[in-house]
Formats: sequence, C-alpha cells, structure tokens
Amino acid sequence: MRNYEVTFIVDPVLSGEEIKTTAQTYSDMLKNANAEIVHIDEMGLRTLAYPINKRNSGVYYCIEFRVPNGDIIDDLELALRRDERIMRFLSFKLDKFGIKYNEDKRNGLIGKAKRPKSKDKKDDRRGDRRGDRRGDRRDNRDKKPATPAPEAKAAKPAAPAPEAKEVKPATPAPAPAAEAKQEEE
Amino acid sequence: MANRDDIKFLSNPKIGGKRKKYCRFRKYGIKYIDYKDADFLLSFVNEQGKILPRRITGNSLKYQRKVSAAIKRARHLALLPYVTDLLK
Repeated sequence: MRNYEVTFIVDPVLSGEEIKTTAQTYSDMLKNANAEIVHIDEMGLRTLAYPINKRNSGVYYCIEFRVPNGDIIDDLELALRRDERIMRFLSFKLDKFGIKYNEDKRNGLIGKAKRPKSKDKKDDRRGDRRGDRRGDRRDNRDKKPATPAPEAKAAKPAAPAPEAKEVKPATPAPAPAAEAKQEEE
Repeated sequence: MANRDDIKFLSNPKIGGKRKKYCRFRKYGIKYIDYKDADFLLSFVNEQGKILPRRITGNSLKYQRKVSAAIKRARHLALLPYVTDLLK
C-alpha cells in the first residue's frame, strides 16, 4: 500500500458549494478507484504568494489517500489538469515519516504545538543562554569580591555599601592590568 | 589592587566567539519536512525568497536536500514566492 497526498488550489471565484463539489468529485473519484481516503484537509481560502491566472487568492484542499499501487495517479492528474476550476495541484508520495507526521498533525501533536513550540524553544534557548551568561557574570562578580565583602560588612553593616564595593573591583580591574602590561613592556 | 594571577584576559574571551552550528533536524529528530508549513520554511529562505545555503543554516546535507525540495514544492503551490523583496 502506498500513501499519497494531493494538494490542489480551487478557484475562489466559484461559490462555496461549487468549491465543495469540486473537492467532492476528486474524493469520489479516488473512492471509486478503491482508494482509502485517509483524510481531507480543507486549508481554506488563502492569499497566494504570487498571482495565478490573475487570481490573488485560492481555496486549498489536501487529500491524503492510500492505494495498492500508483496507477490512479496518472488518471487523477489528468483529471486535475483538465479541470478549469483547479488552479494548481501537486501530488506527493508520502514516506513513512510523512505518514506519521500527518497522523500526528491530525491528532494535534504537531499542527498547533509545533509552531509555538519551535518558537518557544528558540526563545527559551536564547533566553537561557543570555540568562546563563548574565548569571555567570554575576556569579563571577559575586565570587571575586567574596573575600572583601565580609570585611566590608563587618566594618559597615549598611546594606548598600557592600554592593557598591562588589561592583567596584570588577570595573577598575582591567585598567591596572593594562598599566601593569605597559610597565612590563 | 587585584592580583596578577586573577587577570588572564584584558577583554572577555567569550565575546566574538562563534557558536557552533548544528543541524536542527538531527538534533530534534525531525524526520519529515512539510511543504505545506510555509511559516516553518520561511526560516530557510532569505528576504528575497532564496534558499539559504548550508553554511548559514547549518543543516546536514540530507536535510538540506529535503528542505530545498519542500521549499520548491511550496513555491509551486504559491505558499512561498519565487521572487520577492522584503519577505520578512
């Protein structure tokens, strides 16, 4: 058994019923040819990325079906080509990963989840990275003056004072280093 | 005065360091690239709608081929443009 997927764009000028009957004719045609229709996906009216036949939008349909062999594809494509209501079509043989992907998509594992998930993942990752870096820097800053800090606290129990002292050693550190290098040279 | 031992680099060595690229399909186990998912494919084209090379996306050859095939299918179905400006 082979799984195929036919995506086609129906002319949007037709009335809603006509569009539905168009899609229906092809699913009927497949059924008559002993094909098992797995799923019909109505992707709905979409704007095209570029005009086709002077139309800027189209109604997308995607039919996934299972047939014993691929003989029907020729007939199907011929019919699609002859049909004036069809603006564009693409038939595609699904591999095992594609079948699984479509299944998952139908079960809502991918369709909705994937987009935001991938975005979130990216954002999270970036966020984590930034967070980690910042965290590292802060840690370093905290660690370096860790030794003088208690002294400062011991001397001045005021809360803002240790913070100021913590930051200070971090910033002027490079300057003496540069001087030291110059001296060495 | 800071000790000499503490000062190893004058500037942060992490700045300007390149992050290693990786193939996201391998990393996350994505086996199938859907040609109908135009939003996802958009991340593999530049703003003129051209397919980005592997050296930029970091895809492995196997998945770069699949990506390019999926983008071409999407173009045929007018989900992605063949030529544009200011796609993103």
